[in-house]
Amino acid sequence: MREISVNDIIKNVSEMCIEINHHLSEDMQKAYKKAYDNEDSEIGKKILCQLQENMKIAEEDMIPICQDTGMAVIFADIGQEVHISDGNLTNAINEGVRKGYVEGYLRKSVVKDPIIRENTNDNTPAVIHYNIVEGDKITITLAPKGFGSENMSKVYMLKPADGIDGVKNAILSAVKDAGPNACPPMVVGVGIGGTFEKCALLAKKALTRKVGTNSEIEYVKELEQEMLKKINELNIGPAGLGGKNTAFAVNIETFPTHIAGLPVAVNICCHVNRHVTREI
Amino acid sequence: MMDRYINTPLTEEITKDLHAGDFVYITGIIYTARDAAHKRMAETLENKGKLPINMKDNIIYYMGPSPAREGRVIGSAGPTTASRMDKYAPKLLDLGLKGMIGKGKRSNEVIEAIKRNNSVYFAAIGGAGALLSKSIKDSKVIAYDDLGTEAIRELKVENFPAVVVIDNQGNNLYERD
Repeated sequence: MREISVNDIIKNVSEMCIEINHHLSEDMQKAYKKAYDNEDSEIGKKILCQLQENMKIAEEDMIPICQDTGMAVIFADIGQEVHISDGNLTNAINEGVRKGYVEGYLRKSVVKDPIIRENTNDNTPAVIHYNIVEGDKITITLAPKGFGSENMSKVYMLKPADGIDGVKNAILSAVKDAGPNACPPMVVGVGIGGTFEKCALLAKKALTRKVGTNSEIEYVKELEQEMLKKINELNIGPAGLGGKNTAFAVNIETFPTHIAGLPVAVNICCHVNRHVTREI
Repeated sequence: MMDRYINTPLTEEITKDLHAGDFVYITGIIYTARDAAHKRMAETLENKGKLPINMKDNIIYYMGPSPAREGRVIGSAGPTTASRMDKYAPKLLDLGLKGMIGKGKRSNEVIEAIKRNNSVYFAAIGGAGALLSKSIKDSKVIAYDDLGTEAIRELKVENFPAVVVIDNQGNNLYERD
């Protein structure tokens, strides 16, 4: 049994909030560069150049990459050999988010109630997904999610007869509808299978997978590549103003499902696809 | 497509000469308002009250900034999705609002109101809030302070970059095919 203090959790979560809102992970930086290099559209190239300049300013001047610094989504993998000391884990994660957003000059974008809509003024609560795993470590992935793209995400309860063509249509249709609203080039996270809520969670999790990697399942890998090609033929382009970089990546995760169903979730993320992982 | 340098107030003489696809650099005073401020302005109009800003020949920027660090004018300051304001925009356009800056598609009702009032819809680059903040030289909250990031701010901008997406003829840069 290894002991981990909630103070370590608070410190790490708050640092991650500040870090990822000013500095995107290496996979995303590479994706921007690759897109700029292969973009043919003049206006598309101009936008991609400005987006790279934006990232440079964000890092140098400590101004968030985007003013929508997101709702903090957290995947916490808890090793079953870990004992948490000095307090409550969920409170600690929220305290880390509070500290990061207040001390890091990040925007407070969370309201207490979806109808009454009063701001909580510290960006809590976070949306936390716990998973119990083997080992004596805690792995935390933080993915602050902006809502321009979140609002364009969709769940489709397809039927088995719809098959892989139905899945392809669902993905393309979500991306087409999202268009310029979702701040392309997007990262498209797709969850296939499970239940209504499981496919949505898979799609969210897919957004935290490194851009530029593919699924280990052969047909899923082919589907990711085919969909990325088709999406980039839509000519939505950077900022929706035309070009061949509509998406940086299509990341797909799958899960067993019921004999009667084929749930598909498409979680769209803007080009500011923030994800950072730390092992504690 | 042309590079155009324009100043506020945004008069009809200016908007009539802007075309979908033009790159514009805006200098002068613009106002921020997003979801909550629009809702409150709509309620004020329903109650026959007075709006906190005069709409005539003005520009509203759909934006809620991140907090400014000490000594800075503003934090990250990029556009939010304009379609969430579609419900409120036609009324404001009919009251004289000449320009809107946001990102993403607009409804047919908004496009009709743009045409009817010789107005214009600009897009700023979504997700480029750090870069865009550099064109903002002054910022003060002038109404709805309690709304935090959603308060109405008066911004002084210099060469603020945007693209004409919908012009006063209803030409729409997002509808290219």
